[in-house]
Amino acid sequence: MTKLNITVDGEVHDDDVEPRTLLVHYLRDVVGKTGTNVGCDTSNCGACTVHLDGRSVKSCTVLAVQADGATVDTIEGLADPSTNGDPTAGWHPLQKAFHTEHGLQCGYCTPGMIMAAADLLKENPDPSEDEVRHGLEGNLCRCTGYVNIVKAVRTAAAEMRGEEVSA
Amino acid sequence: MIPASFEYVRANSIEEAIGALQEHGDEAKLLAGGHSLLPLMKLRLAAPEVIVDLGRVDALRGVCETDDGRLAIGAMTSHQDVIDDDLVRQHCGVLADVTAHVGDAQVRHRGTIGGALAHGDAASDLPAALLALDGSVIAQGPNGRREIPASELFVDYLTTALNDDEVVVEVRVPKLDGDWGWRYEKFSRVAQAWAIVGALGIVKRSNGSIEDARVGLTNMGTVPVRAAAVEQALNGNGTDAIADAAQQAAEGTDAPGDLNATPEFRQHLARVLTRRALEAAAG
Repeated sequence: MTKLNITVDGEVHDDDVEPRTLLVHYLRDVVGKTGTNVGCDTSNCGACTVHLDGRSVKSCTVLAVQADGATVDTIEGLADPSTNGDPTAGWHPLQKAFHTEHGLQCGYCTPGMIMAAADLLKENPDPSEDEVRHGLEGNLCRCTGYVNIVKAVRTAAAEMRGEEVSA
Repeated sequence: MIPASFEYVRANSIEEAIGALQEHGDEAKLLAGGHSLLPLMKLRLAAPEVIVDLGRVDALRGVCETDDGRLAIGAMTSHQDVIDDDLVRQHCGVLADVTAHVGDAQVRHRGTIGGALAHGDAASDLPAALLALDGSVIAQGPNGRREIPASELFVDYLTTALNDDEVVVEVRVPKLDGDWGWRYEKFSRVAQAWAIVGALGIVKRSNGSIEDARVGLTNMGTVPVRAAAVEQALNGNGTDAIADAAQQAAEGTDAPGDLNATPEFRQHLARVLTRRALEAAAG
């Protein structure tokens, strides 16, 4: 077992893990962050995307021990928690936009899509349709929902830039 | 899918990593970004008994200029950091452009230049680029450092000239200052996939003709290759020679056949992609 000190969605965790534990399994099975999904498990589909020290990574292809001392942000920490009983009030603009633009059908890819998009928008606050598609090439949606996913990302980008967005 | 059990060693310096490699011999594997090794371990195609993690060795990150006028890129520099690096963009933009074709955004955030080269996969983008650039790696072992030119680094399928107790510490590439153009043409089955074939054309122009042409081919053999016949046919000629020269792109290659492409299709792709890459590079 190897000692692990890791900050997940703002909370510090100290755990002993087997070195072969994948970050996604640590997040789901030890920390309980089941919002992060395991999809293909072969670093193709991006469903397991989280932020490791601020950059999007596929947590099925990172050992938990590689994240020792690091900060991990998952989909569960994206919304603003300081709301009064309304679970949707604190939603991140991406979460809102995926809802309003119908950016999901089954929703399995959504946590990874949103985390990948969040990193993309940090680097490029006003991406073109092409740039969104290219930026999300590491995330697969098997409901063929890309049109609305791209729309959702651009809608969220507009809101994050402070532009008026019709709901 | 979970890798087989292994002993985990976290190296805090290059010397510690070399010491661990000496201690454990060929039972040990170095872990850089893990984006080639971990998928193999999850599929149990690799089951090293000891993993030596280089993630804490900060001395292996970053880019600087060398005394002999080249760029030295730390082996643990992530693909994204190579793409974003000012020195790379200014002096060797072709490396940034090829690196932007590696995997996808998440892969580029974790994967490293040294790891990709040490893995020695002829189907990945950077080995052919290093070869076309006449670049090299600096390897450090128990007896010090040595420079391995790209032309000697890639020995066979997933096999490099690195010894079991050596660590790639730096990647060196020339500064392409002057009138250079380049284009990497990558033909993939789906976005983010490995190249079925890739062709990198690098051209130095001088008075309307091609002074120096380089062509690196991805996935046209067990190791990355240069299209030497194309290069020779172009040097000293005008850009109108490109179409004919590119017809020789598959000469001397040993294209693999698999589910996605027959060797003949790969040879066809090599000719077409080489022409496109060179035309764009010279344009």
